[in-house]
Amino acid sequence: MSGYVLRRLASIVVLAFGVTLLVFLIIRLIPGDPAVVMLGTNAGDPALIERLHQQLGLDRSIPAQYVIWLGNVLRGDFGYSYGQQQSVASLVAENMPATIKLTLASLSVSLLLGCVIGVAAAVRRNQLLDTAAMGIALAFMSIPSFWLGLLLILLFAVQIPWFDVVGGDSLKGLVLPAATLALGTAGFNARFVRSSVVQAQTQRHVLTARAKGLRRSQVFRRHVLRNSLLPVLTVAGLQVGQLLSGTVIVETVFSRPGIGRLLVQAILAKDYLTVQAVVLIIAIIYALCNFAVDVLYPVLDPRVGNR
Amino acid sequence: MIPDALPDGALAVAAPDELPPRRWALAGVLRHRSLIAGLVISGLLVLMLAAAPLLTSADPNLQDPTASFAAPSLAYPMGADAFGRDLFARVLYGGRTTILASFGVVALGGVAGVTLGLIAGYAGGLVRFVIMRLVDLLLAFPGILLALTVSAVLGPGLMNGVIAIAVVLTPIYARLVEGATAEVRHLPYVDAAVTLGAGAPRIILRHILPNVSPGIIVLTTTWLGVAVLWIAALGFIGVGVQPPQPEWGAILNDGQNYITLAWWITVFPGVFLALLVIGVNLIGDGLRDQLDPTLARF
Repeated sequence: MSGYVLRRLASIVVLAFGVTLLVFLIIRLIPGDPAVVMLGTNAGDPALIERLHQQLGLDRSIPAQYVIWLGNVLRGDFGYSYGQQQSVASLVAENMPATIKLTLASLSVSLLLGCVIGVAAAVRRNQLLDTAAMGIALAFMSIPSFWLGLLLILLFAVQIPWFDVVGGDSLKGLVLPAATLALGTAGFNARFVRSSVVQAQTQRHVLTARAKGLRRSQVFRRHVLRNSLLPVLTVAGLQVGQLLSGTVIVETVFSRPGIGRLLVQAILAKDYLTVQAVVLIIAIIYALCNFAVDVLYPVLDPRVGNR
Repeated sequence: MIPDALPDGALAVAAPDELPPRRWALAGVLRHRSLIAGLVISGLLVLMLAAAPLLTSADPNLQDPTASFAAPSLAYPMGADAFGRDLFARVLYGGRTTILASFGVVALGGVAGVTLGLIAGYAGGLVRFVIMRLVDLLLAFPGILLALTVSAVLGPGLMNGVIAIAVVLTPIYARLVEGATAEVRHLPYVDAAVTLGAGAPRIILRHILPNVSPGIIVLTTTWLGVAVLWIAALGFIGVGVQPPQPEWGAILNDGQNYITLAWWITVFPGVFLALLVIGVNLIGDGLRDQLDPTLARF
């Protein structure tokens, strides 16, 4: 067990190392002089360009640049955003809480909605409810989140003013963005839960449980549901990273503060130091969630634990 | 080989023995409800976009200050935008851009990924190790984040957006094809081909590729829907198609600024976009059921 955890930990460290290398390369791969590109309108000042060259270590060899950059990143120093006149680290720190709130809210919504729709469809398999539920799930997955966000704004904030369009930090302001972000994932989860429940229903121990006289509802609760909802956990782990990147679009639509909107603004403003920081942080959180799922799963499901 | 990959019980029973294999498969395809629905929806949409010059005589980029924010009417079926451009024409011509770009994405990412996967699976050893570690690395990023990052490096523009999303698809194809290739690599019939003196390219193209193609087809339809969504998303964010060229995502981005003033700019392009993705996803579902029954339907 601990050997398995250590091996997973080792592979995640190697992967994280590779991720930093790729993120580091972002700034070296952009066409032109990175300092000039990043300074934008301030690029007329040769002294400023010179200073940025030194800060980025652009006068050194690429491996040396990487070592310096990685050292800074590990100390929490992502550089200075000239566009925002602020250190990148403090920019990210300011925007992080709102994004985490939004991500967790939509993760809960998508899991809840997915389980309800998926279980309902599986119980009424091949009946009208199943077809309707799976149709809805497919529509959820197909509707672009930014368009849904715009429609919700149009409907609720413009026509029926129930929610704040540009929601602040209030819970009410979280409703529309969380619903928008959750919808696609909820559709996926509904299909996943359905197939998981259907699969669990065909297991032999379910037949045995019925044969020994347990009521249908008891069998379903004890033998089907418990087994079938466990795989959902693995998917949920992956979805944290996907939802986190989905905030890029949803935060932009709803003009919410957060690292997603920060990333979009940074890309449009060619503020590559901020781009590096946000991409790195989301990728690392994604990797950590995968690791957490890998480690937790054998604990929760002893059948896969003996490795 | 492909009929073997179709052990759908109902299908096998329904198909009379005397039909030749090709029609046998086609009969099954047409029996599938979601596949038909998907083909009808996306077929009609593609037909509409292809027939754009017949459906409207308006120029999608012609500005007319007197028609600024004209509501939907006979003259402007979907209304007009801030510059008085005909929205119906912009939606039709913009859809062409969105669809062509999405096909470009799966073509580019598919060819790159399948090639890498075939090489890795066939060669094995160090080549495989290097390619697959690179694949792992790219898969360590959530898809849309990777696409955004690559497009940030490449700069704005439609072509760069296509490349950026293709970069996300490449490792996904490579992983699928590598696994499937490694599986059949040492089956007797491949060894037999080697013994007969066939070269690596011939073995890969004639004996291995046909065996992995059902998976590739399913993956392509699944990701075509995602490609449509992401091309529009890049356009919406402002890193994809640049104005004044119409594209669904870019039109929606424009409409966002006038959402309280002109709902039609927000509603109509989105309806087309959502319908197209629903159609493509229905086709993907149907094909998955038919070609790859081992994949659970979720």
